[in-house]
Amino acid sequence: MKELLKKLTQACGPSGSEQCIREIIKSELPNYETRTDALGNLIVEKKGPKSKIMFSAHMDEIGIIVTHIDKEGFLRFDFIGGVNPFYLPGERVQFQNGTLGVIGVEKLDKIADLQKSNLYIDIGVESKEEAMKLVKIGDTACFTSPFIDLGNRLVSKAMDNRVACALLIKLMQELPETDNHIVAVFTVQEEVGLRGAKTAAYGIDPDYGLAIDVTATGDTPKAMTMDVSLGKGAAIKVKDNSLLAHPYVKDKLVELAEANNIPYQMEVLEFGGTDAGAIHLNREGVPSGVISVPTRYVHSRSEMVDVRDLDAALALAKAFAKADLK
Amino acid sequence: MFLKELSEARGVSSREHEVRDLIREYITPHVDEVFNDSLGNLYGVKGKDKPGPKVMLAAHMDEVGLMITTIEKNGLLRFQPVGGIDPRVLVSKPVYIGKDKVVGVIGAKAIHLQRPEERTQVLGFDDLYIDIGAVDDDSAKKLVKPGDVATFATSFGEMGDLVVGKAFDDRAGCTALVELTKLEFNCPVYFVFTVQEEVGLRGAGPAAYRVGPDVCLVLEGTTASDVAGTDEEGYSTTVGAGPAVSVMDRSVIAHPKVVGRLFRLAEEHGVPIQNKRTITGGTDAGAISLSREGVPTAPIAVPCRYIHSPVTVMSKSDLEHMIKLVELFVHDIADKGVDFE
Amino acid sequence: MDLAELLKSLSEASGVSGYETMPADLIAERWLPMADEVRKDALGNVIAFKKGKGHGKLLLAAHIDEIGLMVKKIDDNGFIRFATVGGFDFRTLVAQEVTVHGREKLRGVIGAKPPHLQSPSEQKKAYEKDEFYIDVGLKKEKVEELVRVGDIITINREVQKLSGNRYAGKSFDDRACVVMLTACLERLTEVHHNLDVYLVATVQEEVGTRGAAVSAYSVNPDLAIAVDVCHGEFPGVRADRGFGLGKGPVISMGPDTHPKILEKLKEVADEAKIPYQLEASTSARGTDAWSIQIARNGVACALVSLPLRYMHTSVETLDLADIKEGGRLLAEFALKADREFVEGLPCF
Repeated sequence: MKELLKKLTQACGPSGSEQCIREIIKSELPNYETRTDALGNLIVEKKGPKSKIMFSAHMDEIGIIVTHIDKEGFLRFDFIGGVNPFYLPGERVQFQNGTLGVIGVEKLDKIADLQKSNLYIDIGVESKEEAMKLVKIGDTACFTSPFIDLGNRLVSKAMDNRVACALLIKLMQELPETDNHIVAVFTVQEEVGLRGAKTAAYGIDPDYGLAIDVTATGDTPKAMTMDVSLGKGAAIKVKDNSLLAHPYVKDKLVELAEANNIPYQMEVLEFGGTDAGAIHLNREGVPSGVISVPTRYVHSRSEMVDVRDLDAALALAKAFAKADLK
Repeated sequence: MFLKELSEARGVSSREHEVRDLIREYITPHVDEVFNDSLGNLYGVKGKDKPGPKVMLAAHMDEVGLMITTIEKNGLLRFQPVGGIDPRVLVSKPVYIGKDKVVGVIGAKAIHLQRPEERTQVLGFDDLYIDIGAVDDDSAKKLVKPGDVATFATSFGEMGDLVVGKAFDDRAGCTALVELTKLEFNCPVYFVFTVQEEVGLRGAGPAAYRVGPDVCLVLEGTTASDVAGTDEEGYSTTVGAGPAVSVMDRSVIAHPKVVGRLFRLAEEHGVPIQNKRTITGGTDAGAISLSREGVPTAPIAVPCRYIHSPVTVMSKSDLEHMIKLVELFVHDIADKGVDFE
Repeated sequence: MDLAELLKSLSEASGVSGYETMPADLIAERWLPMADEVRKDALGNVIAFKKGKGHGKLLLAAHIDEIGLMVKKIDDNGFIRFATVGGFDFRTLVAQEVTVHGREKLRGVIGAKPPHLQSPSEQKKAYEKDEFYIDVGLKKEKVEELVRVGDIITINREVQKLSGNRYAGKSFDDRACVVMLTACLERLTEVHHNLDVYLVATVQEEVGTRGAAVSAYSVNPDLAIAVDVCHGEFPGVRADRGFGLGKGPVISMGPDTHPKILEKLKEVADEAKIPYQLEASTSARGTDAWSIQIARNGVACALVSLPLRYMHTSVETLDLADIKEGGRLLAEFALKADREFVEGLPCF
């Protein structure tokens, strides 16, 4: 799991440019036929006569897009998804073609004045012409940060949401015997508004939706009030800004966790959203829920997860995949 | 081209009938079928049964405007914006109200009557009134009623290659689409003139759901800020440098292969093209791309200075180049099909 | 039908967004004898079908959910910290009595630091959400046994009958309009109406008009009227933003209203001598009309509103006459709008 997670988190896939991630996932699932839809969602299916369950994990990560290249070859950029500008000075970025750069900041009187318009990317060139050999306007890049293994705790960029991609790959690799129709969807463009999940759900028309995604925690010094901690198990979502988890799905997850001795915690998130927000509003409505992986420092270059929570989340996803649903 | 007629026609979001009626008249001789739906979206269909991918071309008919909400005892009209209007552009402008085109002006307290500190404050929608010359509410009510909408009273004008007028967002796209109906293509093409883009991309989603296209281009008028006081990195687009294609905005990440084809065709045929560099704003492409199982979509636009104001400025050659590029794109789709995986 | 009694039953039922079972079951039971069919969909929307002469499909929607609170943490002293579901004015939460819907129902009160212990500058400020807690009078261990993170909390409030036709209570937004739909349905049982009518008590409106979106997809109507509350007149509220109580339902004019439905509503109201008010509104964002209008191929829509004072508090105040007149208006519309009208909707 750690190796797979390392490979996935270190790859670059900002929203709209998820092709690298898609290729890695395909290579991990050689025994399945996969298909890619018009927006780029990767769909992996195991047919069955009973409930059609759409599992979803988004492939994309936050990043930047180039909006201007100046005479000296400095790049100006805008954000893709929820990027915090205060994390950025000194940050490093990687473009799709491998070009690297560092983020600099204009002279500011005080740091509180920092806005994205004060930031630029330096790719180590001296002119616009040189820059344009490497990068074009509209090119996207992700932030870079090495994967570090702290024992139970793992740290990398893009744990949001490659951790769920890894779990969904494992689920399909180790899929338990079941009559349910399992559709695993590795979605695109979640960070810019749950877009891939919306069109994928329309095409699949599932009976149930289950997103796997990261969630915030309240277990760090002077954190917000939230009852989710690292290492205390998979989080079963009750609400976020995109979804009120369907009581039947939520209660089923609790029941399965208890029956299989899987550590779990209940999650009430006062912001944010996941693919389940789009899936549950598909067509005539789809009862949906979320298994969340507690994650510290979400949307920073050092997102931290706990392997014990990953084990719990995988066990819970497997239990749901083979559950007898009404 | 009908840019003047379409610019001067009035069509605030959900009240697009004047624009729709004009366009229907213009396109009817050139398409196989014309109809509109109950939201008011207008469809022109050409080559419905031809083989090849179904192409949808969309432009929105509506413009931003003002809605009269109540009439004061002294006969002045209170209003709220329909769509995104910066209230700072409103002061001392004439407007046309309602179907009878009642003339009004947006007044403000004369500068002589203002305290020095008032002079630097923005006048918001709650501080502004429309004066139609009525002496009291009873005489005003004979001419205007709450719910009526107002548009800027701007006449179209030419300044060399540049033109000035209101509502080039998106009558530029509508004009292009009307011109394109005159051409022949070897694939089914749906020309869709949408409603209510300015109040939340409302018409385009249902239209795309109805058409179910394989690929879509959204023809727009978009922001240009190539003007004094803006650093070059904030230009967004440049007037006269060709149509602008968005890679990404707040509503959509344009399909990379659609964008790629547009740039390739522009290069092959020597048509100028530019990136829209900033990623603010949204277009109908947002709603269309997420219709049903997803539609590969990209926005292409004529750069317009002073957008959403009474005086928008754009270049005729940008418009002509947009028409050319869209024509090339549709031919290319008909010849080579879609390959968007 | 005793509309006041139904209003009281619905208002006092607990049905926070996502957890609408109690009021939804109640209304399904009331609609069943009057409708041809009543069903619940996957998200819990209650959909009643009342067959007409088949001139077209009309969807009438009013939402059954209410705003509420949700347990987000139980602190070391057994106090419950909460998140909100839907939009609250936190100033209205001070010193309210609540029910915590745990393994059993617990009575609780909303507490905050008392003014005596606040500095003069603190006293001038409104309480913020994280300064509140719920006290159920139990020790932490007992609370944890009975209450779980994610459990729902509702404000307790019995309907208050004020003088005349006026009533005050919680969740009149929008259950008063569900009562209006019921009044319409009752009237429809007495006449041969042209349109086939689908009445929908929608879920999850307060968190983004979610139930309406999926029910409009499944019903796939030709036209729809969303029914929701608007602000009642009140000192300090401008005349174009607050509407008279007891002066009849309010018909919206704006981008979300189809001009022909607007005209027809005015026409049938005039014919049947139903009082009504008009609102110039530039957006129906935040009502079910917002979702319904763009379902599938698009739906010709209108928005009819019920004037309500003190919206999103537990003392929302209305006039019962507006509910009755609103019910009549909807029924008259279903009775008189005919095939020709429905087929003419694209022509405007």
